[in-house]
Amino acid sequence: MPEAKLSLCGVTKSFGDQQVLRGIDLEVAEGEMICLIGASGSGKSTLLRCINQLEPIDDGSVWLDGQDISEPGQDLAKVRRRIGIVFQSFNLFPHMTALENVLLAPRRVLAEPAGALRSRAEVLFERFALGQHMAKYPDQLSGGQQQRVAVIRALAMRPEMMLFDEITSALDPELVGEVLDVLRQLRTEGMTMILATHEMGFARELADRVCFMDGGLIVEAAPPAEIFTEPKVARTREFLRSVLRG
Amino acid sequence: MNRRQAYEVGQRRRALAIAGLSTAAVLLAIILLVPLAPGWTQVRASFFDGGIFIETFPTLLRAFLVDIAIFAWSVPLIFGLGLAIALARGARAPALFPLRIFGALYVDVFRGVPVVLVIYLVGFGVPGLGLPRPWNSPYIWGTVALVLTYSAYIAEVLRSGIESIHASQRAAAICLGLSERDTMRYVILPQAIRRVVPANMNMLVALQKDVALLSFIGPVEILRQAGIYKSLLANFTPYVVAAVIFLIVTVPATRYADYLMNRDRNARS
Repeated sequence: MPEAKLSLCGVTKSFGDQQVLRGIDLEVAEGEMICLIGASGSGKSTLLRCINQLEPIDDGSVWLDGQDISEPGQDLAKVRRRIGIVFQSFNLFPHMTALENVLLAPRRVLAEPAGALRSRAEVLFERFALGQHMAKYPDQLSGGQQQRVAVIRALAMRPEMMLFDEITSALDPELVGEVLDVLRQLRTEGMTMILATHEMGFARELADRVCFMDGGLIVEAAPPAEIFTEPKVARTREFLRSVLRG
Repeated sequence: MNRRQAYEVGQRRRALAIAGLSTAAVLLAIILLVPLAPGWTQVRASFFDGGIFIETFPTLLRAFLVDIAIFAWSVPLIFGLGLAIALARGARAPALFPLRIFGALYVDVFRGVPVVLVIYLVGFGVPGLGLPRPWNSPYIWGTVALVLTYSAYIAEVLRSGIESIHASQRAAAICLGLSERDTMRYVILPQAIRRVVPANMNMLVALQKDVALLSFIGPVEILRQAGIYKSLLANFTPYVVAAVIFLIVTVPATRYADYLMNRDRNARS
């Protein structure tokens, strides 16, 4: 039984006859921050969706705190609430205010008094500088604000770890910074995180380890100082050369 | 005013003038030509008798209240049943498969049969079982017939609304640990129902008119009352009165539905 916070053992996943993940092994320690980099279609998003069991995996296993969460037949709602995920396209519920978005799942799922949930949500809004936007609907917020609400919504379930699927890719460039600040803040609080990202500068600054994915495999995994300065694998080198030049 | 604005004002004036002229010409033709038809005097006497119009209007308006009452108690039943059928058709659990089949069959049958036939079959058939009062009332079975037919339509409208909500909304909800049921109830349905309000408005306008079909099985509502007057007075004017009363209600309702539909389209484009 693996001892890491999260471990993936030989995870494979196909859509139809297209194999998207071809045997992923990864161990993530408590409080560690992993950045997944790689071209579009390399399997980063699918990997994240296989971790929180949004997509059932074909083979292999996913372990969270020593429990095999990919074992068929368990209550997936219970598993998913332990792993927060934030998507590229925010996916806020448009018919609810920011606060209602954040409170819906805790109210339905967590057995805690409504007052406690609400005050905890308000603390989160304040912490991410959105206190005056709680009563607004998603379409009244900027992209960056919406994405921060999405992060708060995931955090309100008190997840044990967080997954971020290219959460700045749909944002206007000037709004990327405020969302990355949220991640920095979570990093200092010791949250275990896996990020699929195209923000190489950010990965270099904050990640404990950077995993380069290509063709459904983790081709190279190393601390940012190593992988960005002297990548060992030719394909990593090629990829980094093309993105860092741009 | 610069040259371009002056040109546009001129264009607009010209368009207005042409529209006014052509409308006047058509109206004039109708007013002048229709009375030249050989049967015009009889038609005018039997369909447009002013005295009969005024005489029958109050009673017919009162009879119309019956239509409104039937409409009013049918609507909640239709939406309740329609929602249940729509959810049954979307049920994924294998144990609910019979429900899914039933939903599909239900929609096929009741959308496929003319309303008036359902009214006849239910309205005459069920009381024919010899049920005691009040269970043989045509009001009850007429309402049932309308509910059966219209809930099939509403179910389809709601289902299309549910399917129009992007899969990412469902993904976001279940990733938060919400159950399938809560996801449907709190995330999908509220958005779906909002999205199909205009389509449902049109269904309601159609229902309002179809209530008059119950006159075939007994209730003395506006159409039947007009029929009674027709026999009594040997004149068709009461039917015209009934039509006018319907228009007073349905025209604003249809316009409102169109307004909602347009607003929705503009909001999404």
